[in-house]
Amino acid sequence: MAILDVQHIEKNFGMTKVLQDINFSLEEGQVLAIIGSSGSGKTTLLRCLNFLETPDRGRISVSGETLFDAEDPSTQRESEIRRKRLHFGLVFQNFNLFPQYTALENVTLARELMIKRGEKPGDSLKSIRREGKVLLAQMGLQDRMYNYPHQLSGGQQQRVAIARALAMKPDILCFDEPTSALDPELTGEVLKVIRGLADQHTTMIIVTHEMSFARDVADQVLFMDGGLVVEEGRPEEVFGNPQQARTKQFLEKYKG
Amino acid sequence: MFWTVTQSLLAGLGTATQLFALTLLFGLPLGLVIAFGSMSKWTPFRFLLLPKKKEALSSAQEEGLLPTEKNEPGKFIKALAAFQPVRVLTDIIVWIVRGTPLMLQLIIIYYGPGLWFDNNIWGSGRMAACTVAFVINYACYFSVIYRGGIQGVPAGQREAAEVLGFTKRQIFFKVTLLQMIKRIVPPMSNEIITLVKDTSLARIIAITELIKAGEAFMKSDGITWPLFYTGIYYLLFVGILTVLFNLIERKLSYFR
Repeated sequence: MAILDVQHIEKNFGMTKVLQDINFSLEEGQVLAIIGSSGSGKTTLLRCLNFLETPDRGRISVSGETLFDAEDPSTQRESEIRRKRLHFGLVFQNFNLFPQYTALENVTLARELMIKRGEKPGDSLKSIRREGKVLLAQMGLQDRMYNYPHQLSGGQQQRVAIARALAMKPDILCFDEPTSALDPELTGEVLKVIRGLADQHTTMIIVTHEMSFARDVADQVLFMDGGLVVEEGRPEEVFGNPQQARTKQFLEKYKG
Repeated sequence: MFWTVTQSLLAGLGTATQLFALTLLFGLPLGLVIAFGSMSKWTPFRFLLLPKKKEALSSAQEEGLLPTEKNEPGKFIKALAAFQPVRVLTDIIVWIVRGTPLMLQLIIIYYGPGLWFDNNIWGSGRMAACTVAFVINYACYFSVIYRGGIQGVPAGQREAAEVLGFTKRQIFFKVTLLQMIKRIVPPMSNEIITLVKDTSLARIIAITELIKAGEAFMKSDGITWPLFYTGIYYLLFVGILTVLFNLIERKLSYFR
């Protein structure tokens, strides 16, 4: 069974149809890359999955549990959304680290607050901190744990943000153009980390403009345009032999 | 003589300081409440649009066979549905309080009940009436500063915290608050320094603050220098505050 199942998602901003009948599913341990030009709805789709936007229609289920159903208001209760969104992690284009906390505190804060809310009785502050340190070390940031975000480079900040998302142990980790705010050199170090996660079979959805990276790391590719999924398939199909004219036209621009 | 004047002015300074402290004690939290009021998006009449929306989902319209405009609600209903009573009410209060002189507000609050309702609720409690007027006036000014500070925190901060499962309270206290405080220290210091000097308005309802204490020597002893001497007291008061604010700013400079 697919870990994520998205059915008939639609989203309008006023009169603009941002998402139209989006359908896809994702198997556990697989990587889905979403490509397409700016304004094609990629980011809105990720934001719908993370409950930052509410779709007007459609259904989202994870491991068979319906997290969201536009027809069923009982799936849209505030208190439940807070729990359900933890199935997903989200790494933002602009990192959005909390500036007043150190790298390590950024990683551990959310889980410390969970203990305070009495939601994870098994956790201890000590184990959370230990896990946080391990995560940051995996990101190559063992010397940066006690630095504040403004003392870190963009690439380092994004790696902290990845660690922060991983600390919540989400079923599906989403990336919203994780390298778009970075120069090529820093882009490399972040992509390396994401590639490492793919090798460990982390289930991921990556919205990206890095075509060669998407081709490399993804198991499945969605090409979106004007709020529609224009083409989908295995990366070698979509990149190597695109069927739709729009896809060809788009990929043409990325050929050196 | 110098000693007598100094002592008399010190008593006046005591009264001014008391008014200053009480205004901050009640005005700072009240300002935050007003700030939330002015940001309230509560629309209690939104339900008026809901049944119409359901009709719009009929399958014929969905397939574009019927125009959706037919079910469009009227202009009045639309306006009523978008009406935000809490925000509008707070905006009106803030407009009135900022739009009239504090001196006038003092007079109205102190003399008003006795004049119009034949019920001088204040009795001999001039200080109480004065504090109420100051608290309301300053809370309104503070509220605008708070709102600027809160809205100045990037939306990404709130979204990042939401995605990590923070409750609304936690987002405010753990993420927004400190970033807001850092932003509002400069405008707040301005406002609070103005408050020091505005305490002199209390003499309009015969409270012996600094200026009135200095003026008294003109009438009793025919000397003017005590009045000018009060300036030293204000300068020292504001000097101490300035040092304090610089200290806070430096304390908060560890993050950006």
